[in-house]
Amino acid sequence: MPPRNKPSSDRFALKKCPTGIQGLDEITLGGIPRGRPTLVTGAAGSGKTLFALEFLVRGATLYNEPGVFMAFEETGEELTTNVSSLGFDLDGLAKQKKLAIDYVYIERSEIEETGEYDLEGLFVRLGHAIDSVKAKRVVLDTLEVLFGNLPNEGILRAELRRLFRWLKKKGVTAIVTGERGTNTITRYGLEEYVADCVILLDHRVTEQISTRRLRVVKYRGSYHGTNEYPFLIDKDGISILPITSLGLTSEAPSGRVSTGIPRLDTMFEGKGYYKGSSVLVSGTAGTGKSTMAARFAESACKRGERALYLAFEESPKQIVRNMGTAGIHLKPYLDNKHLVIRSERPTLLGLEMHLLQMTKLVTEFKPHIVVMDPITNLISVGFQADVKSMLTRFVDFLKAKQVTSLFTSLTSPGNLEQTDVGVSSLMDTWIVLKDIEGQGERNRGLTIVKSRGMVHSNQFREFKLTGSGLMLEDVYLGASGALTGAAKAAQIAEEEAAALARTEEIERLGRHIERKRQVLESQMIVLRSEFEAEEEEIRKRVAEVQAQKQAATDQRARAADTRKADEETSR
Amino acid sequence: MKNSKPKEPGEAVDFYELRLYVAGQTPKSLSAFANLKKICEEHLKGCYRIEVIDLLENPTLAKGDQILAIPTLVRKLPEPVRKIIGDLSNTERVLVGLDLRTIPQAERREA
Repeated sequence: MPPRNKPSSDRFALKKCPTGIQGLDEITLGGIPRGRPTLVTGAAGSGKTLFALEFLVRGATLYNEPGVFMAFEETGEELTTNVSSLGFDLDGLAKQKKLAIDYVYIERSEIEETGEYDLEGLFVRLGHAIDSVKAKRVVLDTLEVLFGNLPNEGILRAELRRLFRWLKKKGVTAIVTGERGTNTITRYGLEEYVADCVILLDHRVTEQISTRRLRVVKYRGSYHGTNEYPFLIDKDGISILPITSLGLTSEAPSGRVSTGIPRLDTMFEGKGYYKGSSVLVSGTAGTGKSTMAARFAESACKRGERALYLAFEESPKQIVRNMGTAGIHLKPYLDNKHLVIRSERPTLLGLEMHLLQMTKLVTEFKPHIVVMDPITNLISVGFQADVKSMLTRFVDFLKAKQVTSLFTSLTSPGNLEQTDVGVSSLMDTWIVLKDIEGQGERNRGLTIVKSRGMVHSNQFREFKLTGSGLMLEDVYLGASGALTGAAKAAQIAEEEAAALARTEEIERLGRHIERKRQVLESQMIVLRSEFEAEEEEIRKRVAEVQAQKQAATDQRARAADTRKADEETSR
Repeated sequence: MKNSKPKEPGEAVDFYELRLYVAGQTPKSLSAFANLKKICEEHLKGCYRIEVIDLLENPTLAKGDQILAIPTLVRKLPEPVRKIIGDLSNTERVLVGLDLRTIPQAERREA
């Protein structure tokens, strides 16, 4: 009997068996149908055997469900060797009675058919193997070998039908692999017997770049992701990332992250980017995009955070050396594992693979910030629409993880504000770096085109790379536009001279007034003294006249006394 | 091939070690055994040994001889090992499978 699934409110719901294959259980919302066979089909080399084997190994190691692998193509030793590089220890599992491998060999030239037969031998072997390890999972890889080697197809088909009924009755979850036919799901029509779940593996080469893809063609009685999902086979086995299912549901944290350039922080309300936002830095060649990106990474590491630098142009050593000359020292952070630089030529993998690898890296390393430099190089491996869709998913993925991301984009001069990939709409913040050419030199300018959800500066700044780091400076606005570099220096000198002249004029005028005042004041003193002298003269005269007047009165009185003049005459 | 030399019924031949794999007493396995017995008595009298293996009792033995179909007759000796599947009702084909054809036919087959 199959063990019960996780408690489910609906006891009629389809029970599912987690495969343990990274990502697949998310696409199928829990795994493949429990107790039923699932068909895994694909062309040669699409990873069917590995898929099936990983299903068993994960079952045995993660879910304590032993499994039986019935191999029709490879011997047990071959299988063991083939997957040991993936860290699957088949021998060890077999010793622990968690896995039984039965190699079925059949060769038509050694067989003579004489009358009626059935495939009871296969049933006996499978039944015995299942009983020997108490298997819950069974893989048949691949039954199609029988079609080539058993002469009577009628008997074979009848027996296969019986086999699948028998497997269901046994209650084992089975994976049956099949080769893909030209116009059919499998070459010999195995899908006829396995009606519950069909998974298609594909290995496609477009423009010389191969991508593995997986699609759930059919899943009776269950929702499932219907898209083609790229998958990766690496040292950890198969990983499928159902990235296309990510949506616009991410959180919007209000925390801020410094840009690494103090003056730029002030342009963003003095605080920098929003945490978990996406930043696009676009500009023509040599405008300092990478340097700005590296600075951002360095500042994150300085704060003790982890930064992931995905480079498509330079090797890690080259980046460390080149950034050193701009005063950005990445080596210590590489050493203390706060910084990981992953350099890869875009043409090495297809877009989906890049995406898968990057998301895998992010999941493992858990960085606080991610730098991708530059996204425009990805155009060389895909069409614009593909690149945009891939970046959308990557940005969504990073936002969901609240990772702040910075992307650089190389634009051709002329259509500066029209990014090649048309990704600007995905980005929360967009900084444009410009070349300002003139007067025999080339300078860099910086402007913020947009920054969602904040009041950012609308000013144009000169962006300077110096040995001690990055600097932002004001530009001079002249009659012919913004001035930078030598023109700016000339302008500064000119303005300084003019200012000096004005100061001198002010001082001169000041002195003039002072002189005037002094002249006036001295004149006033002279006048005052003249006036005082005159006043004294006049006062003297007045005193004299009064004295004379008194003297005359006295004279008259004395004369009257002597003449004894009567009153009347005196009147 | 040493078995391709002319052989007449009853003539001294190599010793035949035969194994018949069955799964329970089904009509097919019973008729296979009967057919085999008859052919051996006719063509290999005294020079053969038949071992019947019931896989329901000894399932592990199926692996060794790579048995899938039931019934299967395995000629262990003389070498090389040959397998004949089915209820052995087609005597001609059984004889071909066991390399017991009469001379002209045998030669024609090998030519």
